[in-house]
Amino acid sequence: MSIHINEHTKILIQGFTGKIGTFHAQEMIQYGANVVGGVTPGKGGSTHLGLPVYNSMKDAVKHTGATASIIFVPPPFAADSIMEAADAGISFCVNITDGIPTLDMITVKRYMRRYKKNQRMVLTGPNCAGTISPGKSMMGIMPGHIYLPGNVGIIGRSGTLGYEAASQMKSLGIGVSTSVGIGGDVVNGSSFKDHLEFFEQDPNTHAVIIIGEIGGSQEVKAALWAKDNMTKPLVGYIAGLTAPKGKRMGHAGAIINTVGESAVEKVAALKACGVTVVPHPSAFGTTMQEVLNNMPPLTP
Amino acid sequence: MNIHEYQAKALLAEYGVPIPIGNLAYSPEQATYRAIEIGGDSWLVKAQVHSGARGKAGGIKFCSKYDEVGKAADELLGAKLVTHQTGPEGKICYRLYVEAACNIERELYLAFVLDRARECITVIASVEGGMDIETLAEQRPESIFRFEVEPAVGLQTFQTREIAFALGLDKNQIRQMSQLLLGCYQAMTELDSSMLEINPLAVTKEGQLQALDAKMEFDDNALFRHPRVSELRDKSQEEVREMRAYDRGLSYVGLDGNIGCIINGAGLAMATMDMINYAGGAPANFLDIGGGASPERVVKAFQLVLSDESVEAILVNIFAGINRCDWIAEGVVLAMQKIDIKVPLIVRLSGTNVEKGRQVILDSGLPIILADSLFEAAEKSVNQCNKQTKIAKGES
Repeated sequence: MSIHINEHTKILIQGFTGKIGTFHAQEMIQYGANVVGGVTPGKGGSTHLGLPVYNSMKDAVKHTGATASIIFVPPPFAADSIMEAADAGISFCVNITDGIPTLDMITVKRYMRRYKKNQRMVLTGPNCAGTISPGKSMMGIMPGHIYLPGNVGIIGRSGTLGYEAASQMKSLGIGVSTSVGIGGDVVNGSSFKDHLEFFEQDPNTHAVIIIGEIGGSQEVKAALWAKDNMTKPLVGYIAGLTAPKGKRMGHAGAIINTVGESAVEKVAALKACGVTVVPHPSAFGTTMQEVLNNMPPLTP
Repeated sequence: MNIHEYQAKALLAEYGVPIPIGNLAYSPEQATYRAIEIGGDSWLVKAQVHSGARGKAGGIKFCSKYDEVGKAADELLGAKLVTHQTGPEGKICYRLYVEAACNIERELYLAFVLDRARECITVIASVEGGMDIETLAEQRPESIFRFEVEPAVGLQTFQTREIAFALGLDKNQIRQMSQLLLGCYQAMTELDSSMLEINPLAVTKEGQLQALDAKMEFDDNALFRHPRVSELRDKSQEEVREMRAYDRGLSYVGLDGNIGCIINGAGLAMATMDMINYAGGAPANFLDIGGGASPERVVKAFQLVLSDESVEAILVNIFAGINRCDWIAEGVVLAMQKIDIKVPLIVRLSGTNVEKGRQVILDSGLPIILADSLFEAAEKSVNQCNKQTKIAKGES
């Protein structure tokens, strides 16, 4: 088991025929992802990488039965593509695009409220590395080989920092059930808490790590939720202990504007909720190993 | 992106926000001429720098004679203004705004912010104008009112009435306040502003509302659709290296330490800074060179980091995904050959083709220190810096 995607998940690529879409579609297919086609408005009816191209998401879903989509569309048009995916009935969507205006994302989030929560598309990103269920399927731009299949769930705002964690775990023989990138923007499609709920329900996930950073308050919200609702151990890390206030650290959302948004405050809040905090970024693997070793043996 | 007070006021005036009459000046003579143009018997000469709390720093001068205006302008032009927002290095004032002073009955606080948690625009208002919002939140939290705006329909008139009544405005000012609030909301959404603050918003003795100060910030991600807003950027107010990095598509933030950092990915860059700190050192900068780190880009990154004279060692930490390590390593070698790097260089590579990457560096014969883990990289950087300090002190 895994969350969101597995080897059977039928995937569409939005922005399929562009340079970036083409490159990453090939990488995904090579990894074993079940890519069934793509959408580029105006190129419907043609084939690309041996797969059908459609004019609209509705068409693509109708003909392929796809349930997931990944978006490689430039910032000015990306919000529109997300809403098109939701409208076409996609249930899991990854948006890679870096640079979507925040007000566009607010519109997207408001639009998605027209669907009942249990029918609402799960959106990850924008500005994320994607989601991978190692050994099964990959929807993203990550190097697939750094993930070992296994039983730890990863949720992270940063791409490369998530890679760092996964590869440290791999070197200790710790594998990953699913790794979800939620992105570095101010307004995310989904939060740490949203994915913790999925991981809590997944029998193949034994422990979860959240990799957060400065800005916003979603790490703390997730920890508060976990304290009351999660049976599995939760490990956390917050990047940016040395980040100054009021400066944007690369990610649009990585900025300390107000009380509670600094790494020091978040680490304290996580600890107060019983989260095991990774002491420094070279200790993702060892911290997770300790947590797994301290777990009671699973009853079959 | 930030803009000046006079620019924010000009934008807001187009949306019907009442502002005192005023104009720009670049010299004492011009300032005096502006005062004559404006008329009346008292004026404010205001330093235009990207910072709040200018009044406390002496950047706003009240004048009641023309020669006082000239004198104030003479003092402010070219002066360095140091506020708690600019940091100790301060910001230099190159332009002035001369404005008619008005008879203030009372001062209110008003702001529109992009509310991350609620995913909407929230209006923040208080009867305590003039103070900054952090101080206000600490000292008089009960005086702050918050009103969330539903993004699908925007700010509604009934909400503007609620805000006006909460601020204790009388019935003659309700309509004025409604128009002002609706204008601000429209400006914010049409121009993709991420923050709009009017502090203080004055009620004059004549019963009129006037925006005495105005601040607007814009969403960098939305500038592509607002060329007019992009034009308002004043590079003289931004940190030189940050600006240079921005123009080259790199993301850089200068810090106080001595270990220069070159990293791919914002999260990994922050984590590397934290790792250096944990190992007992101090990072000189945040720098994300992004995903497509071509050798040329790596060279640019080195030039940028080395332009900070306090850098005593450089730590390169790359997690190669789609970019293979050997390609990144070639960039590092190229940079070493192109630029005369006098400080120790510590390189940590991981991810795709890590062995090939290390080989490229070993084969180059250059004095590059390789590290396996993030911890080792940070520790080696700190040790190199300490060694440099000892050499400088003649202790070697």
